[in-house]
Order: sequence, then C-alpha cells, then structure tokens
Amino acid sequence: MDRFVWTSGLLELNETLVIQQRGVRIYDGEEKIKFDAGTLLLSTHRLIWRDQKNHECCMAVPLSQIVFVEEQAAGIGKSAKIVVHLHPAPSNKEPGPFQSSKNSYIKLSFKEHGQIEFHRRLSEEMIQRRWENMPVSQSLQTNRGPQPGRIRAVGIVGIERKLEEKRKETDKNISEAFEDLSKLMIKAKEMVELSKSIANKIKDKQGDITEDETIRFKSYLLSMGIANPVTRETYGSGTQYHMQLAKQLAGILQAPLEERGGIMSLTEVYCLVNRARGMELLSPEDLVNACKMLESLKLPVRLRVFDSGVMVIELQSHKEEEMVASALETVSERGSLTSEEFAKLVGMSVLLAKERLLLAEKMGHLCRDDSVEGLRFYPNLFMTQS
Amino acid sequence: MAMSFEWPWQYRFPPFFTLQPNVDTRQKQLAAWCSLVLSFCRLHKQSSMTVMEAQESPLFNNVKLQRKLPMESIQIVLEELRKKGNLEWLDKNKSSFLIMWRRPEEWGKLIYQWVSRSGQNNSVFTLYELTNGEDTEDEEFHGLDEATLLRALQALQQEHKAELITISDGRGVKFF
Repeated sequence: MDRFVWTSGLLELNETLVIQQRGVRIYDGEEKIKFDAGTLLLSTHRLIWRDQKNHECCMAVPLSQIVFVEEQAAGIGKSAKIVVHLHPAPSNKEPGPFQSSKNSYIKLSFKEHGQIEFHRRLSEEMIQRRWENMPVSQSLQTNRGPQPGRIRAVGIVGIERKLEEKRKETDKNISEAFEDLSKLMIKAKEMVELSKSIANKIKDKQGDITEDETIRFKSYLLSMGIANPVTRETYGSGTQYHMQLAKQLAGILQAPLEERGGIMSLTEVYCLVNRARGMELLSPEDLVNACKMLESLKLPVRLRVFDSGVMVIELQSHKEEEMVASALETVSERGSLTSEEFAKLVGMSVLLAKERLLLAEKMGHLCRDDSVEGLRFYPNLFMTQS
Repeated sequence: MAMSFEWPWQYRFPPFFTLQPNVDTRQKQLAAWCSLVLSFCRLHKQSSMTVMEAQESPLFNNVKLQRKLPMESIQIVLEELRKKGNLEWLDKNKSSFLIMWRRPEEWGKLIYQWVSRSGQNNSVFTLYELTNGEDTEDEEFHGLDEATLLRALQALQQEHKAELITISDGRGVKFF
C-alpha cells in the first residue's frame, strides 16, 4: 500500500481513461484500511482511486509498478476482488497515503460489481503497455529499466513477458493449423461429390465394371460413411455388409432374447453386441441398418418400432399383443400401476414396461391417470363398465 | 351443496380427470362428463355459470380424490356440450355460459304440447305466466329460467309455432 502516491486525479497529456468503476474498496494485503468506498479509474498509465465522499482524497499507482493481476471470485457475503501484485516502491516516490507497508500486494473489492470488465481492461493495458509508448511527466515513469537491488523483480516481469509471447505464438499456430483443416474440409466435400458422380456412372454403365470391383468400391464408400444409392437399389435397403451383419446378429441375440422374455431395446442390443465384439465395434448406424434387414431376410428375430419411436428387437415368436393381455391382468390385480411398478413386478426394463402399457392403452385395454403423483395405468373401465 | 346428488362411478375413477389419448376411450369419457355436467346443473338448478366457478366447483374438482379436470379439458367438455346444443356462451371471451340440461328445442316442444293440450292455441301469455303461473304448476317447465325459456320460444318461433311479442308489462308470446 506504500506504492500509491497522492494525485489530483486529473489525467496528463497522452494519458487516456480506459474504464472506471464505483464502489471499490482497497485492502492493504488482507487488511481493511480506511479507503472503503471509492471510484477506481484505469488509465493507459495509472490505476487511480478517488474517495466517493471526499473527492480531494485521490491516489494513484503507475501501471508499470504492477507485476501481475489476479481475480478472486465472489463468495457468500463477499464481493469479487482483483488482487494486484506490485513491485517495491521506488526510492524517489512522491508522497502517498502510506509511508511503508509490509505487503507487496493490494486487493480491490468491487462492491458494486464491474470486476470482470475492469479486470479484462486492466489485463489488456498490462499487455499493451501503452504507457511505454506515450511518455508523460517524469513522476509517472518508474521502473523503466533494471535498477540496483531489483534484479528479482525484473526477472518476474521477463518471465511474464516470455509466457505472453509464447501464448501468442501458440495462438498463431493453432489458427494456422485450423486453416489447413478448413482447406481439408473443402477438399473432402469435393471428394464426396466425386464419389457420388462415380457411383452414378457405375449405375449407368453396370456392364463395364466387374461385380467384384463394384462391391469393393461400394465398401470404400461405406467406410467413408457415404450411403450408396446404387447399393440400395441392387440389394434392397442394405449392403452385403449389413446382410452379413444381420445374420450374425440373429445368431448372437437368440439366447439373450430368450433370457429377457423375448424382447430387448435396441440400445441394450447395441451394448451387448459391442461388449461381445471387443474390437471392431459397430456404429449405431450400422446396427440399425442391419436390423432393418432382419425381417426381409426372414431371420428368427426382428426389429420393431413403437409409436413413441423406441426401437426394440424381438423374437419372431414373441407376440407383444399377447403380452398386453397378461399386462392387463397384472394391472387389474393391483388396481393400478405405474411403469416403474409394472417393470419391477414383471422383471422388465422400465422402458419396455412403459411401451407395453402404452400399447395396451392404444389397444383400449388400459386408460391413464396423469397427475402430480405421476402417470398411472388403470384397466379401461370406460369401455368395460356401462 | 352436494345435497343428495349421486355422483356417477366415473367421478371416483382417477382416469376420469385425465383427458384420454385413445380416441374411443375419450369418446366415452366425454359423454360421461357431458351427462354429469347436465345432471349436476339440473339438480342444483344452475342455469348459468362462469368458467372460473366451474373450475373450482366440486363438479370438476374432486377434493376427496385429489383430482381436478385441467382447464384445457374443461374447455373441451364445454365445447362438446355446445356442439350438442346444451350450452351457449354468454360473452365473446367465453368466460360464462348458459347451461340447459334440456335443449331449447326440447323445452319448446314440451311447452307447445301443453299449450295444445289445454286448448290454448292462439292465446297470448306473458313469459312469467308460463313459468310461474298456477296453470303450469304441474308442468316440467314450471320454474324454468328466463334465458332458457326465451331460447325455447325462439326455437318454436323458428317453426312458426309461436311469436315473441312485447306487451304492456314486459315480454310475451303468442302461440299458433
């Protein structure tokens, strides 16, 4: 706190105001001092504090005296603060509020907020160091060069500057790298267009290209994530790959399905299959596309999509509609049930339990009671009772 | 207030207070609501109501069951009643309505039947006489509220069976 000097508060020639904030209190280190309510002004050269009640009480510290600045977040009952670490005062310093201080930092408490913007501007000024380029009267110039007994301080400033330069360099590198990436993305777009046009050409000249080549090309496209319209026409809604995959799935899922009452959600299937595979994991897209082929390939399992959009895999032998009849019995026995209660009773996942109850409602066997207590299903007495 | 009104079984059935998504179920539900509203209003001799009143009345708010029919659904029930001819909005904002447990046409028919039976065609009556006169004490339309009576007579007027007229001490009607 001994770094501050008394000042009139008037700006010098070449000195411009950057930002100001009312309601700022100064702490000498951690100690509260009498300067509890003032306006804090940031100029290109100094940090000035003027007492709100007594405008004559005005002090400043040159920005060149600042080593670095930190933010301290607000807490319960505490305002946000900026901590300003300072160089030791020069020997030729003008008089100020404190002759000496044991602390080498001060805290600025922003009781009326404004801390974020102030900190931003202060940090900017610290980087730009405009005071170095715009000389003002002698008394404001301090710490221009190394002075005896202050080698340590310069070192810190030097490190600070190096860090700043490095940061700027990294920034530049990243932007350049991304430049390349955006160029690559433009190229990728061209590649996709090219593949599409080739695919169309293949479509038109089916005879000239061997089937093997065609299949290879199509699998390249697939690995790039491009769904090939040619393939869809030739093989129905999928490729060889998906067909093989579908057959594989039917094999893998038979036993797990039987264990789970003949029905599983697609997400459960995804997890199960990928866990089993370990490597060469399936993408969700591939799984869905393969599942879409199950029915047409007359495999013992099939894909079913409920009205809500939920997708499940069921055994061909599984008749969800019949399960609805038993669901109705279960609900009737208990008077009413929520999806969670039903799931627990029957030993199903809540997702599938809800789908079953919704299906029962759709079929007119159940009706719903939707209140703050939750969603409950009842036997549909509207239909059964006159 | 509830008097000896017998609530239908639906009133104690929680799903009754949730608008059913299944179309067939909803049809039954709405039919039950309509008949409940009409019988409730008939017993309580309520011929008009505001929507606010309705929302808080035991009709749509079963305190014991802790269920109330949400405003949106109340509007749907009222619209059903309007379509059936049992309800008429009394203002543009649809904040209050006339509720007629018998449609105006039906009342008109009853009144005309009495007029013919008692050989009083070509007679003139004041509105008051019709609903409060000694002669009509045994008739169902005795004590009918004026708003509904007016609509009943307007219905007859449409059929050229009556004509609304103004007489010395108010309004009256001539039957043909």
